[in-house]
This record gives sequence, structure tokens and C-alpha cells, in this order.
Amino acid sequence: MKKQSILLISFGHFENDFLAKIADHIASEFLLPVQFEENPLEVNEFYDPTRRQYDGNKILKKLNSLSLQGDTKTLGLFEVDLFIPVLTYIFGQAIFKGNTGIASLYRLKNEQYGMKPDEKLLFDRFEKVIIHELGHTFGLVHCYSPVCVMRSSTYVEDIDQKNKKLCMKCRTEIERLEL
Amino acid sequence: MADKISILIVDDEESVRDSLYNWFIEDGYHVDCAENAKKALSIVESKNFDIILADIKMPGMDGLEMHRRIKSINKDSIVIVMTAFASVDTAVQALKDGAYDYITKPFDPDDLSHLIRNAAKQISLTTENEALKEKVISLENIEDIIGQSEAMINVLKEVQSVAQTNSSVIITGESGTGKELIARAIHSNSSRKFFPMVTVHCGALSEDLLESELFGHEKGAFTGAMFNRKGRFEMADGGTIFLDEIGTISPKMQIELLRVLESKSFVRVGGNKEIKSDFRVICATNRDLKQMVEEGNFREDLFYRLNVVNIRIPPIRERTEDIPLLVDYFIKKYCTSMSRDVIPIDPAALNRLKEHEFPGNVREIENMIERAIVVGNGKAIRLKDFPMGKNIIDSSVESLDELEKKHIIQILNKYTWNISRSAKALKVDRVTLYNKIKRYGLKPIKE
Repeated sequence: MKKQSILLISFGHFENDFLAKIADHIASEFLLPVQFEENPLEVNEFYDPTRRQYDGNKILKKLNSLSLQGDTKTLGLFEVDLFIPVLTYIFGQAIFKGNTGIASLYRLKNEQYGMKPDEKLLFDRFEKVIIHELGHTFGLVHCYSPVCVMRSSTYVEDIDQKNKKLCMKCRTEIERLEL
Repeated sequence: MADKISILIVDDEESVRDSLYNWFIEDGYHVDCAENAKKALSIVESKNFDIILADIKMPGMDGLEMHRRIKSINKDSIVIVMTAFASVDTAVQALKDGAYDYITKPFDPDDLSHLIRNAAKQISLTTENEALKEKVISLENIEDIIGQSEAMINVLKEVQSVAQTNSSVIITGESGTGKELIARAIHSNSSRKFFPMVTVHCGALSEDLLESELFGHEKGAFTGAMFNRKGRFEMADGGTIFLDEIGTISPKMQIELLRVLESKSFVRVGGNKEIKSDFRVICATNRDLKQMVEEGNFREDLFYRLNVVNIRIPPIRERTEDIPLLVDYFIKKYCTSMSRDVIPIDPAALNRLKEHEFPGNVREIENMIERAIVVGNGKAIRLKDFPMGKNIIDSSVESLDELEKKHIIQILNKYTWNISRSAKALKVDRVTLYNKIKRYGLKPIKE
């Protein structure tokens, strides 16, 4: 692959262990070195009081303008509720074939749906969203395989049904796109 | 499915355009954006979109007006209108004008995905339906090639062998020999069979009409060009174009055709964008193109471009052994289509048909059988059911004596061997008739 590394930037109060574990999994999925660091941005400026959510489009654009030059894919990790103007909410967003993406665990928490907290499930869901958005930055579109991590998901239940991994077709595609 | 669907997003808000653009790109759709109706219309005039997502409230021309104009350019586009200012009136107006659906911003991600998936499914079904119709038309006639004569077997062998290639083919033969049927057989047996076979009857169109028919036209290219229209070459993309009566096209069209065949690209009438199309050409003519080339009426370079393979369909008079098969086939075909029992043909009638020259070839046989079934008694096809049946003389009779004998028998039988009435009908006296009866040894047949 041409892209040499992945950088995860934390915009929330994520514990280092949590981030290190996610970084490990991402590294093994994309076979690339993964680093993580603290946020360089103040997210409050992206807060939309009328919707009481954070504007994912603006964050993505800002993050993209700050992204490292070269072959690094940068993904911002959030705890806040993200939206884009036409949609009521998003789990994540990425610049297709670009170098930047964002992912939020706000709507991945069981508590949002009146259920008991489940840290392991939350971790799994977040990891899937991160891999999914990174997949878009590598040029992968949504996959029709029900278990592929690149399958489109609009509800958390959809996320739970798919695996953390790219299917064979998407893996082949990513190798074709990046080689 | 998403691979082939194109979406145009029209909204004055950049953030909305960006959001939708990103959303659809991730789904694998081809996406374009326009910030106002004017720009959208200019994009739509140069490129066809399957789905157009249009905001209603925009500065200048609003989404509803734009929708009406888009439909006048490309009536097949699916238009979904969206607005942040929901009102029943605008929703009803949009749907009345033929909008596919109406959504209010912000959408639930699932609603948007469902809406687009359903629209894409409708497009896919429409396209599939059109392709299947073409396929049915192509395939339903393949069995119609009837013939066990050596001449026809050779033609069918040529069809099988040429179908596997992409070479241009000229089919020659007299009128009514089934040139289009052979062209369909080539198409149906080729790797292009799942794409359309598009037929153009060149002889039926004037030069200008033929140009517009073959290359398509842009809206406003000429009086009456109210829509953008795809040409036959564009419609034949992936498939076959069949140019019937190629010998009738004008010198100007010959030049145009040669250029298209060489480059496989063309420009619509009134347009400026080059369109590429992957098609195979099959032509047919009942004229002698080689002679036309020698006389300077047909371009030599075009002739050689088209005449890679030449298939000549023999006329019926060169394959009379196929007549009974053809007769049998058309009797079954028309009896079935008229919901009647399949009836036999009298041997005398069949013998007569075998001797007929059929200048109109298979088409003439077909028409003759259809007529005979319509006018006949519904039990069998008789000689008198054919147009020539009443006036013909049985040509199996060669001598004058034999002919006289048959005629006298016919008259005697008609008047139940009443000698006086028969003699009167034959315009001879009774003695002469008795002498003839004696001479030919005629006797009444007792039942």
C-alpha cells in the first residue's frame, strides 16, 4: 500500500488503554502503523445550538485542513453527537479517497437506547465505525456483504450484525486501489 | 446496482451539497452537484442523470420550476424534491408534476438510504424491462428460420460461424427472403445477445430524419425537437445495429456512416459532445452494392468496411423443397393465433404451391397461407382458397386430350351426368358429348 500510516486523534476523554487497544486492532486490519494523539482543536466552535449537535461537515473540513501532508490517514475520534446538515445524525464521516475522517461513539452507547451500558459492545461498535470510515478514505464504497465492515449501517443494530473485518472482495479492492 | 446510477444534487447550501455528495459517493453512486437551478439545467442538458435531488427553496428559479424544466429535457429522470420548509401545498404540487417523492430536511439516514435504494431499484427494473423486451423480440423469431434445403443449411452454418465474431455483415437477398430474421439470428447467437438489437429501415427515412434517427438530437436542434433524444447508435451500445436497405442512403449519409464505423463515436444533431458506443453493424440490401460502387452510387470505402462477411439468402425458387415446411409452419402459426384447430392442406393445393414462383418469397407464402385460412372452410386448405386457385389450370396435365378429359369429367360431375345440361355448358351438342364420353371411357362414379 502507498499510504504509510494512520493517525487517530482523540477529541474526547478516551483512556489511553482504550485508544491503544483500538490502534492495535486497526493496525492489524490495515497492516499499517497506527499512532494516536490528543486533539489540537476546540470542538465547541462546531456546536450548533439549534440542533444541539456538532457539525460533522465543518469538523471534517477543519481537520482536513490541519491534516499531515503525505501518506497519513487521519481520523478524529469523538464522544459528542455529530450531524451533517441533511441528516439527523451520523456515526462517522470520511472524505472519500481522501486523508481524513471522523467517528463518534455518542450514538453507539447502549444508554442512548435505554439499555444497560456494555463497554465491550461499545468498543466493538466504535472499532467497526473507525475501520469503516478509514475504508472510505482508501476508496472503498459500501459493500453488499452482510458481514463486511464496509456494509452501510444506519442503526447500531446494523453495526452489531457485521464483522470488524473487510470481506475478501473489499480487501482485494483496497489492495488494487492502493498498490 | 449503485455502480451505474448517477445522481445530481441541486441545493444552494454548500453544506447540504457536500453532505449529500459524501453520503452518496460512499454508496458508490456517480454524483454531481449544482448550486442553483440554472446550472443544474445546463448540466442536465449535457448529461443524463438517473436521480435528481432538488431543493425547493433556491434563489432565482425554484425547485418546482426546475423540476418541470428537467422533465422537458429528460422525462426519464427520477426527481426527488427536498426542502427545509415543509408544506402540504408544495409537496402536493411536486407530486402532481411527477416528482418521485418529497422529503424534508434533515432526513433520517435510513429514510434517505431507502428512498434512493427504491428509486435505484425502479431505474434498474425499467432498464431490465426494456432489455428483456428487446431480448424477447430478438429471440422469438430465431425459431422462425425454416429450411432444410442445402442452400438454407449453408446460410444457417454461416450465421453460426459469423455470430461468434464482431465483424460487419452484409445480408443480401430478394425482398421477402427474411434478411432481418437472419440478422436477428446472428445477434441472438452472439455474445451481444443480452444487449439490444436496434433496427433502422434506412429506405423509409429522408436524409435529415435518418441522421437524427441514427445519431440522436439535442433539444431545440430543429423544429419539433422538444426533448434530447438518443440515436439508434447510442441505443445499440453493447448490442447490434441492423441497417436495412443500406443501398438507399444518400452520399452524405454514406460519409457520416463511414466516419462512425471507423471511430465508433458520433455527435448528436445540434450537440457538441462526442458520444462513444460499442455496436456491431449488420446491413441488408436487395440491391447489388458492388454494381452500385462501380456506377459511383455507393462509396467503395464504405462498401469494404461493411462487406467483411456477405451472407446471401437464396430466393424460394432456389429452394422449393422448403415450401412444404414453410407452408406447414405458417398453417400452425396462423391457426394457433386465430384460435383454430390446425388444418391440413390438400395435396393438389400443395403441389400447386410448389410450382408457384413466389416472387415475394417467404413473405408471399406467409400472406397466402394466412389468407387461405381466413377465407377457407376451416377443415382443409384447398386450391381454391388461394388467389390463383380459381383461375389456374392444373399444370400437371400436359396433353390437350388429358385436359379435355378432365374438363368434361368436371362438368359432368357438376351436372350429375345430365347430358343435355352438360352439353349446353360445354357448348357442344349432345352427340359430340356422347362421342367424347365414349372416346375417353368415362363413367359416372357410383356412390
